[in-house]
Amino acid sequence: MSRRPEPVQVVKQRRDAALEALIDGVPYIKFLGIRFDRRGDELTGVLPYADMLIGNPALPAIHGGVTAAFLEVTSIISLSWFTQWDALEAGEGVEDAPRRLPKTIDFTVDYLRSGLPRDAYARARITRSGRRYASVHAEGWQDNSARPFAQATGHFLMPQRD
Amino acid sequence: MAQTPPTETDAQAERRAKIARQFIGMIPHARELAMQVTDVGPGMAEITMPFDPRLLGDPDTGVIHGGAVSALMDTCCGAAVIAHPDSALGTATIDLRIDYMRAATPGQAIRAVATCYHMTRSVAFVRATAYDADPDRPVACATGAFTVERPKDPA
Repeated sequence: MSRRPEPVQVVKQRRDAALEALIDGVPYIKFLGIRFDRRGDELTGVLPYADMLIGNPALPAIHGGVTAAFLEVTSIISLSWFTQWDALEAGEGVEDAPRRLPKTIDFTVDYLRSGLPRDAYARARITRSGRRYASVHAEGWQDNSARPFAQATGHFLMPQRD
Repeated sequence: MAQTPPTETDAQAERRAKIARQFIGMIPHARELAMQVTDVGPGMAEITMPFDPRLLGDPDTGVIHGGAVSALMDTCCGAAVIAHPDSALGTATIDLRIDYMRAATPGQAIRAVATCYHMTRSVAFVRATAYDADPDRPVACATGAFTVERPKDPA
């Protein structure tokens, strides 16, 4: 028997709830003010500007540690999101499963230009996703997506299913 | 190894410590995380960040998010550059790699120790280690390259 496509609201509600479940309850993501925009399975991290994010008041420029944290958060959430996508779409209740995020093994950030005092955006690409280890590349930009202000690569230990 | 001049007067040491403290005191994000300079030496800085529940990466385990450790490491490395005897006016991160060796014990402050082990005219090379209350088991290690901003007229 052929399945009728699900109503769009049902699909959106399910995906948004799954994304919310990943982010909700991580105090540090709230502390920095990071949120995620979703288009289908594509995620963009958004870091709205705040004065407390400044690292160099003379320029002024966003703190290098904030940039690193933003790219790391975007990498972790994107990695979880993409690894659970198939299960989510198959109708398995991923939002009810205990939230277990990948653990960072190492993270390297390249600072390409100084972070301006305005909103920043980031996207992560999973370059390798295995059962135990994953590699992720992330890029952050501000006004112009063709001119990233930072890029990063990281390795992650995946949560084990028991 | 830091390139330490053989003799350094107390006045020089005091001045350097003061500059490093001012450097950190002026950074809004370092203030937000309540970072304190707890030691300064030639090309060396130690910064302590108190435990703060807002920085948790996972409230179920009480472990601090790696991003907050990155902010501490980056600040501490920058302070070590500023504290180098071959002093820089300012510095910015070129690249920073952090290895997360284990989760920090919940409820404990994190202390980072950074050494600027080599400095050229325009680049500073820095290493840092972060600890919780256990000084024998580091939480994270970092390696980075930083810019060295010098006075315009090198005479």
